Amino acid sequence: MGSGNSPCASCKLLRRRCAKDCIFAPYFPSDDPQKFAIVHKVFGASNVSKMLQELPIHQRADAVSSLVYEANARVRDPVYGCVGAISYLQNQVSELQMQLAVAQAEILCIQMQHEPSVAAAIPNPQQIMEFQEQNNNNNELTHHHHHHHQYLNFAAASSSNVIHDSLSRETFFGHDMVS
Amino acid sequence: MISGRCAACKNQRRKCPSDCIFSPYFPANDPQKFACVHKIYGGSNVGKMLQGIPTYLREQTANALYLEAKWRIHDPVYGSVGIISSLYEQIKNAEIELAKIQTQITFYKLQTQHVEAEPNSEVLQSQSSNMEQFEWDNPTIASWFN
Repeated sequence: MGSGNSPCASCKLLRRRCAKDCIFAPYFPSDDPQKFAIVHKVFGASNVSKMLQELPIHQRADAVSSLVYEANARVRDPVYGCVGAISYLQNQVSELQMQLAVAQAEILCIQMQHEPSVAAAIPNPQQIMEFQEQNNNNNELTHHHHHHHQYLNFAAASSSNVIHDSLSRETFFGHDMVS
Repeated sequence: MISGRCAACKNQRRKCPSDCIFSPYFPANDPQKFACVHKIYGGSNVGKMLQGIPTYLREQTANALYLEAKWRIHDPVYGSVGIISSLYEQIKNAEIELAKIQTQITFYKLQTQHVEAEPNSEVLQSQSSNMEQFEWDNPTIASWFN
């Protein structure tokens, strides 16, 4: 807490008196000067102060943590900052979604092979994936197969949720980030 | 030229010099872009940051700052960090699902292999070799079959 005797890291850096109700004091203790320094460098003290003032007190600690994280990311990567990490993670998500789709198609194929009535017309995984994309919902297919019904339907349904949530999620990049 | 001001200089109500650092990346027809970065980073901070970047990377920098500012305005507590957490969560869930399905595939494949192994023929095989053994041991019986 700020007091006349021990200024918080922010007031030390800004060379001003640390008031009792200093907005920075709870989150920028004097023993970690680097924390405020980096946030000040990227966002500026007055912007941080404004942002904190607009938040209820119980959310300020989290806000400070995320600002520190973003500031660190921006210092590490002055061009892309956090956006670089997000881009990388989105690629990982896409990659995993593809692998999931392939695995789902494979298991549907295997399930179909166990059904004697459709054994004559077993689609290959590629056909199944195309079918899935057309219908945008593979739950109907899984419900037709009663072998290991409960467990597989849960797995298929929840994995399709992962894909559908991601597909409907806003894409952040209107253009290629790397030119 | 007052009419040719970029969004930054319009926002700051100043003249827009010919070498204005903002004007290539904050055109007048997109006032929102500068407004966002100004709100989160402050105009002079953005200028400072851009100055520290080589010219050919400034457009990406301005765009990345714009995105982060937008996310921070949308989520004042977590900003882009909220998106990062959510992506980690998605990755974790997808990996779990993938592992489940791959286990099921392996299970099915093992089942199929077991069924195709034709245990009857194996048993017959071992039985006939036992028979041969028996015949050798008992030549009298063997002669009945020859």
